[in-house]
Amino acid sequence: MANMNMIQALNSAMDIMLGKDPSVVLMGEDIGYFGGVFRATEGLQRKYGEHRVIDTPIAEGGIVATALGMSVNGLRPVAEIQFADYIYPGFDQIVSELARIRYRSAGDFFAPVTIRTPCGGGIRGGQTHSQSPESIFTHVSGIKVVMPSNPFDAKGLLITCIEDDDPVVFFEPKRLYNGPFDGDPNKPAVPWSTHPKGQVDEGYFKVPLGKADIVRAGAAVTIITYGTMVHVAVAAAAALNVDAEIIDIRSLVPLDVDTICSSVKKTGRCVVAHEATRFSGFGAEILSTVQEECFWALEAPIQRVAGWDTPYPHAFEWEYFPGQARVKAALKAVMEPA
Amino acid sequence: MSKKSRLHLPRVPARPGEKPDFSYVQLSPAGAVPRPEVNARARDMMSLSVELVRVLDDSGDAVGPWHPHLDASDLQVGLRHMLLTRTYDERMQRMQRGGKISFYIRSLGEEAVSVAQGMALRPSDMLFPGYRNQGLQVVRGIPLVDLMCQTLSNTKDMCKGRQLPVMYHSRANNLFSISGNLATQFPQAVGWAMAAAIKGEDNLAATWMGEGSSAEADFHHALLFASVYQAPVILNVVNNQWAISTFQGYAGGEQRSFAARGPGYGMAGIRVDGNDFLAVYAVTQWAAERARTGGGPTLIELVTYRGAAHSTSDDPARYRAKDDAEHWPLGDPILRLKAHLIKIGEWSEARHQAMAAELEALVAASWKEAVSFGTMTEGPRLDADLMFEDVFKEMPQNLQRQQALMRKERNS
Repeated sequence: MANMNMIQALNSAMDIMLGKDPSVVLMGEDIGYFGGVFRATEGLQRKYGEHRVIDTPIAEGGIVATALGMSVNGLRPVAEIQFADYIYPGFDQIVSELARIRYRSAGDFFAPVTIRTPCGGGIRGGQTHSQSPESIFTHVSGIKVVMPSNPFDAKGLLITCIEDDDPVVFFEPKRLYNGPFDGDPNKPAVPWSTHPKGQVDEGYFKVPLGKADIVRAGAAVTIITYGTMVHVAVAAAAALNVDAEIIDIRSLVPLDVDTICSSVKKTGRCVVAHEATRFSGFGAEILSTVQEECFWALEAPIQRVAGWDTPYPHAFEWEYFPGQARVKAALKAVMEPA
Repeated sequence: MSKKSRLHLPRVPARPGEKPDFSYVQLSPAGAVPRPEVNARARDMMSLSVELVRVLDDSGDAVGPWHPHLDASDLQVGLRHMLLTRTYDERMQRMQRGGKISFYIRSLGEEAVSVAQGMALRPSDMLFPGYRNQGLQVVRGIPLVDLMCQTLSNTKDMCKGRQLPVMYHSRANNLFSISGNLATQFPQAVGWAMAAAIKGEDNLAATWMGEGSSAEADFHHALLFASVYQAPVILNVVNNQWAISTFQGYAGGEQRSFAARGPGYGMAGIRVDGNDFLAVYAVTQWAAERARTGGGPTLIELVTYRGAAHSTSDDPARYRAKDDAEHWPLGDPILRLKAHLIKIGEWSEARHQAMAAELEALVAASWKEAVSFGTMTEGPRLDADLMFEDVFKEMPQNLQRQQALMRKERNS
C-alpha cells in the first residue's frame, strides 16, 4: 500500500494496464510528452513510447472516433478528453456509434474504449471548466458511466473499465484530485494522505462496476451520492449528528439498485445528492427507482440535493455548489417532514 | 528502411534542453510575393497559401506590392494599440499571480494579428474573436476598465460574473461573446456573414482561432459553408506554433500550411508574416475588399509565435525549449513596427519611452478604477441572484424556486 492522490492512482492504473496488456493505448490532447494538463499520464510516454501514449490533435470527435476504430482493430484505447466540458464535439461518436456498435452489429463488433474526463467545479473554472454532464450519458443505452470519489476506487475502477469490453465514460471529479473536499472552500485543503482511501495498493486490483460502496453505515437516513458530494454528505451528516447511511454508488451505469434499496428499506428515509444540475439529473433516476422499490418503507418524501439549473457561474461558484448547507437542509426536511 | 506502415509522429523541433530550431518555418523574402487583384480566382493564386507575405524587411524598410502605404499617424496608432495590449497583458498576468483574478491569457508576441487586422476592418464589421485577441478589444476602443472588470467578475462585469476572465463581449462594438470552447466561433462567423449577404449588406465577418483549434470539426464546417455560399467572411488561423503543449505539427501543419486548407475548399488562402504589422494589415484589407465586392471568403494563416504560456495555468518550460522565443525568425511585432517608424523618421526612442510610460500610467489608473467595483476577495460583490437570470429570457418556475432557496441558504 502507498499514499496516492487521485492523479497518482489513475496514473498507476494506466501504468499497470500498459505494462500488462500490449493492446492498451492512451490517447488525448497534451497527454504524451507533457503528461496531461492535470498530470494524470505523467511519465507514461517516456516509459511506454510514443506509439502507446499518443498525443492527438485538438479534436474530441476525432479522438472518440479513432479510439473506436482502434478498438475494433484489437486495441483497448483509453482516451482522455481534457475537460468534460469539451466532450461535446465527440458526442455523436459516443451516442450514435460507440454506444451502439455492439447492438447494431449483433455483437460481431464491440468497442472496448474508456473515455476519461475531469468533471465538476470548485476550481474557479467558470462555465467551461466545471460541468458535470454525467446524466447526459446515462440516458444513452450502451455506455457505462463511472465516477469515483477517492484514489483507491479511482484506480480499481479504471482498471476494471479498461478491461471491460463495453465503452465507458469515466468521470473524474477534479476538485478531488489532490484531496477530499467537504464543500467548505474556506477551510485549508486536506491531502489524500489523511484519508483511508488515499492508501492504495501499488499493484493490480479491481473495483467492480455496479457495486456501490457503503461509506458509512447508519440507521436514520440513507444518503445516496457519488463523486465530490460523497465527502460533502459525510461532513454534513456529521455536523448534524445524524446517523446517516451514506452510499457512494461509484458507477451510475450499471447501478447497484440492491444496495440502495436495501438501505432505504432499512432507514425509511432518503436523500439523493449530486453536483450536477437538478433538472433531469441522475438524482431523478435514483429517486424514481427508490420510489418504485421502497415506497411502502418511506417515512418521508425523498429529498434531492443538486446544483441549480443554471450554467456554472464563475463569480458565484459557492452559491452554486451544493455545499453542506444544502445537504443539511435536505437532511432536516427528510428527518422532520412538515 | 522498413517497408511496413508505421505510425508517423510529428517531429517537435526543440524540447526542453534542446537547441531551438525553426528551420521548418518556410520564409519568403520581404516584398517577394506578388499581390493578385482582389477579384482574382482562388485557383489562380494557390501559391499565396504556401509562400509568406512580408512587407517589412530586416532593415525596417517597407517593400513590395503588399506595402499598404498607410499614413504615419495610422502606424503610430497601431504601435500604440500593440503596446497598450502588451502593457495590459503584463499587468493582468501580475494580478493573476497576486491572486486578484482567477485566470489570464496573454497575447505576447501576437499583438500585430489583432491590432493590424482590427484596424483594417470597419467598425460595422462583426468580429468573432478567440481568447487571445485582446488587441481587437483595444482597437475597438473598449475601455481597459471594462476589460478589467470582466476579469474581476465584479459589479461592472459585462458578463455579470458568468464567464472566466478574458471571455469578453461588446454588442455595441460588434465584438461577439468569446467562448471557452475551441473553434465554435468559426462557423458562427460564417453564418453571420451569410446573413449579411442574405440581407444585402456589405458588412463582413471576421473570426480568429489558433492553429491547434483548426483540428476541430467546426473549422471544416466553417470552410465548407463559407466556400459553398461564398460568404463575405475572413477566417483567420493564428499559427502561433503551440496549442498548450501540442506542437502545430499535430494539427496537420507538418504536411501542409494551414492557409492551404483554403484552396482545398476552393477559396483564397494567404499565408502572412503575423509579426509584420504592415503585411497583416495589407492582407486583411485585400481580403476585406474581396469579401465586400462579392469575391467570397479568404482563409488567412498568420504565422507567429506564442511568446507566453498558453494561460496562467500552463508552464511551457515543461515542453518547449526555454529560449525558443528568442530564436523565432519573425521577431517581435512591436519592435519591428517601431524600427520601421524610426527608419522613416516618424518615431524616436524618446517618443517610445514617453508612450510606454503613458500607457503604464493608463493601465495602472484603469486597474485602480476597476478594483473600486470589486474584486474576488473584496466588495462590492455582484448580487448572487444574477446567477439565475439570462438562462432564459423569462425565468421559469424552477429557477424562481431555486433563487428563493439560494437566498434562504445564504441566510442560514
